Amino acid sequence: MMTPLSTQDIARRVAADIAEGAYVNLGIGLPMLVADHIPPAREFVLHSENGVLGMGPAPLPGAANPDLINAGKQPVTLLPGGSFFHHADSFAMIRGGHIDVSILGAYQIAANGDLANWALPGAKLPAVGGAMDLVAGAKQVWVMLAAHVAKDGQPRVVERCDLPLTGLACVDRIYSDLAVIEVTPKGLLVTDLLAGLTPEALQAKTGAALRFAQNCRVLRAA
Amino acid sequence: MIDKRYRSAAEIVAQCPSLQDGATLLVGGFGDAGVPHQLLLAVRDLGLHDLTIISNNAGSGDGGLAALLQAGAVTRVVCSFPRSAGSVVFEELYAAGRITLEIVPQGTLAERIRAGGAGIPAFYTPTAYGTPLAEGRETREFDGRHYVMERALRADVALIHACTGDRWGNLTYAATARNFNPVMATAATSTLAEVRQLVEHTPPETIITPGIFVTRLVAVAA
Repeated sequence: MMTPLSTQDIARRVAADIAEGAYVNLGIGLPMLVADHIPPAREFVLHSENGVLGMGPAPLPGAANPDLINAGKQPVTLLPGGSFFHHADSFAMIRGGHIDVSILGAYQIAANGDLANWALPGAKLPAVGGAMDLVAGAKQVWVMLAAHVAKDGQPRVVERCDLPLTGLACVDRIYSDLAVIEVTPKGLLVTDLLAGLTPEALQAKTGAALRFAQNCRVLRAA
Repeated sequence: MIDKRYRSAAEIVAQCPSLQDGATLLVGGFGDAGVPHQLLLAVRDLGLHDLTIISNNAGSGDGGLAALLQAGAVTRVVCSFPRSAGSVVFEELYAAGRITLEIVPQGTLAERIRAGGAGIPAFYTPTAYGTPLAEGRETREFDGRHYVMERALRADVALIHACTGDRWGNLTYAATARNFNPVMATAATSTLAEVRQLVEHTPPETIITPGIFVTRLVAVAA
């Protein structure tokens, strides 16, 4: 019986893949879980688009400072070595290629790395935030999917996105509950596959052709 | 003797010649941090019409920006993320067709304002290339990568919130309440600042917005 990865499992795996010393931006929602799984003795610096480097965890109850919030407008803390700066500097970090990894959620990812993550058909109000800047500027763009397929069973990893795009050919890697997939010039390459899941079964849940690494690793739920 | 201090928010806005019907206003803040709530309420009380607001969000709850929107003073909003918890007033006006919305990626918004303050009429950025937000926009290729031309943003008035200010208009900010405020201070004909505390003198190395960018300031209750 195979158990897909939980969101915490996915976040733990993503955190383990972030290099010592990296500057990392975590998108709103699922990517924020990565902050809870930083391996011991590893130091990386979390950037928040609203002007923070060295963002720490949520404050203790009663200790929230309304002036110190993250991109999701939630109270956070500042770690030693942290800094504050204004929005143009914050986005110079993003757009100028100074952020090592941007980790985002997604509606759809195409085989060539196109990303759609900001607008759904029929949404009452469009809103984009910093997503388009992050995917255009960060050195690496990683996408986290809580579920490899959408609730209606449609694949999220597709040959071509039909939702409005956030950026072209910008995604480098996909982490889902079933697999880790690299976006390469030759297409999608599965580097990690859930224990008990066959390559054929993963392909059946994916809307674009997959290749499997020769030394494909096994993913296990905790 | 230079003294940019005014006694009240009502006085500072009443005596600002740039605040007229049809004016464009830059409004600082991200979420609820660094929003010039008292200045916004004072502007609402002027009973102006047909204002354009440039701000990251479109007001939450019923304070500050939401109050100005509720009063029917605003016909156009330029922002990156209008969809926030409690941004009910904007959503209703937008749904009723009483307000137009221009969505701008957050980093492009910050850079357009920075350019406006720095005398740069336009610039090229890869952000949003190939997406619906760049449709119809002039594009250009540099060194094999595609870029979108973005025009600078300036305003008649900037309303900003700071932590401390002195009689010269030198400002400091608290944590992430800095956000767009220092950038916006540079890009308006008149920059009005509300500060939590007036100080006799600001240690020069701590000044984030030098007084040259500030027209008038007023102390408000924190």
